Amino acid sequence: MRLLTHNMLSSNIKGVTNGFPLRMEVGKVVEKTVDFNADFLRNMFAKVEWNALVEGSKALGYFELPDNVESSMLESDEFLHKFHHALLELHLEQGALICPETGRRFPVSKGIPNMLLHEDEV
Amino acid sequence: MKLKQLESHLGSLQQFDNPKIELEQYPTGPHIASRLLYTADNSFGDVKDKVVADFGCGCGTLGLAAALLGAKHVIGVDIDAESIEIASSNADELELDVDFIQCDIRHLRWRGGMVDTVVLNPPFGTRKKGADMEFLSTALRVASEAVYSLHKSTTRDHVKRTSLRDYNAVSAEVLCELRFDVPQLYKFHKKKEVDVAVDLWRFVPKTSSPKRL
Repeated sequence: MRLLTHNMLSSNIKGVTNGFPLRMEVGKVVEKTVDFNADFLRNMFAKVEWNALVEGSKALGYFELPDNVESSMLESDEFLHKFHHALLELHLEQGALICPETGRRFPVSKGIPNMLLHEDEV
Repeated sequence: MKLKQLESHLGSLQQFDNPKIELEQYPTGPHIASRLLYTADNSFGDVKDKVVADFGCGCGTLGLAAALLGAKHVIGVDIDAESIEIASSNADELELDVDFIQCDIRHLRWRGGMVDTVVLNPPFGTRKKGADMEFLSTALRVASEAVYSLHKSTTRDHVKRTSLRDYNAVSAEVLCELRFDVPQLYKFHKKKEVDVAVDLWRFVPKTSSPKRL
């Protein structure tokens, strides 16, 4: 699971109001190379929750993203490459996603989060 | 990639080992899947370099077709672990990097604005009435640019009315009518193969914003 996917998932348990972002419990991280596309990144920059991406990348062992950003940074190739790496190339392969409100654990196995709910959570 | 090439890649994908009737698991044939994605990409620019989600992805055919056509990020969602396993090995086989999530579409809660295009071949609702419309409703909440979906042609008026009135669609257009081959997968199927007339729809959600600055 890429951090781009993590950036849109939220806890889907009934009654939870602050389900985003899901915390990550990390067992194994995998890196896969992806073609660099600056236009895509500029477009995504406006949509991404930056703090969630920074925290997510730190959880996966990548500490290069700045905590604070502004759109002028999109001119910097160096910044775009870091953003690219964090958003698209890091994968949570084994571990779990944790609901920030209830602590409920959604296991991630072979990169696939299991977000199925129990009967009493629907 | 040409339409023929796309169709031939999709024809090589592994399909359901043990289809589950309660989930209305029918494979999306390479003919229909290739046309759906090719039209979305070629006529509307809704695939290449986009974020695309495949709802009820089954063995992954539509999502993988999107990835083959250059979608930048593809997410396949299905309730069934076995299907996702097949979809994931299909992705490996084609050397495509696709994310999968096991989730009931009815309980999906995603932050809005992240997904450009949703593609889906929903359960037609023959076993569970209205199942296709539940999928469509969620797709129109998630997509920011377009939704491509398949529905039985006999439900055309209902799909149009409901999507415009209740699901926030600003446009709902049938792009073409296709024949959906339903092979004899289940014991209750009496005929060897049945042809079902299916509409390929394109919906535009209300939240759609101007594409790029």
